[in-house]
Amino acid sequence: MGQVSLVDVSKQFTLRIDSNVHTVHALRRVSFTIRDGEIAVLIGPSGCGKTTALRIAMGLEPASHGRVQVDGRDVHGCGHDRGMVFQHAELLPWLNAVQNVMFGLEMKGMRGAQLRETAMRYLDLVGLKESWNRRPHQLSGGMKQRVGIARALAIDPKVLLMDEPFGALDAQTRESLQAELLDIHARTKKTILFVTHDLDEAVLLADRVLVIREGALQEIIDVPLPRPRGDLGALRGSPEFAATRYRIWQALHQPPEAVH
Amino acid sequence: MVDLTSQDMSMNSMEPVGARRTRSRQIPSWLITIGTVALFLLLWELLGSHVNPVFGSYPSAIAVAGWELAVSGVLGAALMESLKPFVAGYGLAILLGVPLGLILGRFRIMEAAFGIFVTGGYAMPLIALVPLLILWLGLGFWVKVSVIFLMCVFPIAINTWLGVKVVSNTLVEVGRAFVASDVVIVRRIVLPATLPYIMAGLKLAVGRGVVAMVIAEFFTAISGLGGIIINSANNFDTARMFVPIVVLMVLATLLNALVGLIERWVAPWQYEIAARN
Repeated sequence: MGQVSLVDVSKQFTLRIDSNVHTVHALRRVSFTIRDGEIAVLIGPSGCGKTTALRIAMGLEPASHGRVQVDGRDVHGCGHDRGMVFQHAELLPWLNAVQNVMFGLEMKGMRGAQLRETAMRYLDLVGLKESWNRRPHQLSGGMKQRVGIARALAIDPKVLLMDEPFGALDAQTRESLQAELLDIHARTKKTILFVTHDLDEAVLLADRVLVIREGALQEIIDVPLPRPRGDLGALRGSPEFAATRYRIWQALHQPPEAVH
Repeated sequence: MVDLTSQDMSMNSMEPVGARRTRSRQIPSWLITIGTVALFLLLWELLGSHVNPVFGSYPSAIAVAGWELAVSGVLGAALMESLKPFVAGYGLAILLGVPLGLILGRFRIMEAAFGIFVTGGYAMPLIALVPLLILWLGLGFWVKVSVIFLMCVFPIAINTWLGVKVVSNTLVEVGRAFVASDVVIVRRIVLPATLPYIMAGLKLAVGRGVVAMVIAEFFTAISGLGGIIINSANNFDTARMFVPIVVLMVLATLLNALVGLIERWVAPWQYEIAARN
């Protein structure tokens, strides 16, 4: 099982600009459940609260109100049942690729020979077995993010949480990593919650797209594309792709009065 | 297509040529340093030899005096005598300063409670306190250690503290996301990320420690390199007085280089990243 839910989650914080104190409502009563084995994408304009929702799901930020559940049980703070992939990979610069993957495993309590073995297996899964001894600055942006994915997957979490992981990559690298993520998902059947502001990426990856606007869950849109997604280049040209993309676009661009 | 390929080739072949040209034009840094030092010594020699030997000295006279001090064994013995409290005081300053800085940077309450003592301590006029330290610790080894320690511990603690404050928050979040304890986060993430700052603090402390060492030798039992300085000055032997001064400057430079080497060894990624930019 690997199900993660936000139950009636609100988040507000105060912001001091000069001498004025503003209360910012980052999230207003957001509830959703990400089903076992699906890829769900949180999409919305920047500042809409999608990253905050992900960070609350991870436990990096507390919710002002509401609960986070994994497999129906309340969780508090971070846990090994959730693995996080950060926006800029955030590898530890003094460790090489395999040591970075080992870091997460060590924190989970793994020791001995299986530690390195497991880390190497996950580096292999993301296609970086040969580069195991490179430090982060000797890796390209795409390779760094692969290591980041391997680090999160290696602890065998129930849910993989990904915060705009491909946003900083160039178009070609992004496309190959999207294809790889779909491949990894097909092999591991992990539940994935993925944050992006890229419409194409959302349609390519998602089973369901959750549209967030101004801190509220606006709409959940099913992506009627079959899995495996096959040739992503051809898929992008298909009418179903365009139709789904347009539906999400509409949800993102509805006139403001439709937003509560 | 043909045009594009040839253009591409010419660009590829241009690049290494251009790079080589700039490299050959560059004079190595160590050669520049040697050049300026030689020029300085030469000017000093030319100007200094016209000055009354009581009021000043010049490199060749200092070299002769240094040779005499060295062969008589006085210089070596004085150097050892000075180095012992230096190593002890500097070592203690690292052992206490680094953890102190880590704690100040990591825990808000500790920072609020004790940060002010560290910032204040850094500016403390230590010379004024030496008589008090003598009352407490006497004139021997430990008063020297304490003077050197007090001069070194604050820059080390402050630099470590500052380094901790600028550790990227997302790196700390990596630790939290993988459920690392606070202690593990400090040891595995904050400490390595702070190392470049700590090493900079250690370099600053070398210079201050050498000054503290001489102060201690002036004001407590006259001994070591500081002792040679003060005794030579009292005898108006200016050339002899300069010998320990030069030795101390060389010593501090060598210690700085040593800290730099250690930094390359414990934090090689920092150099590799810097070299790339």
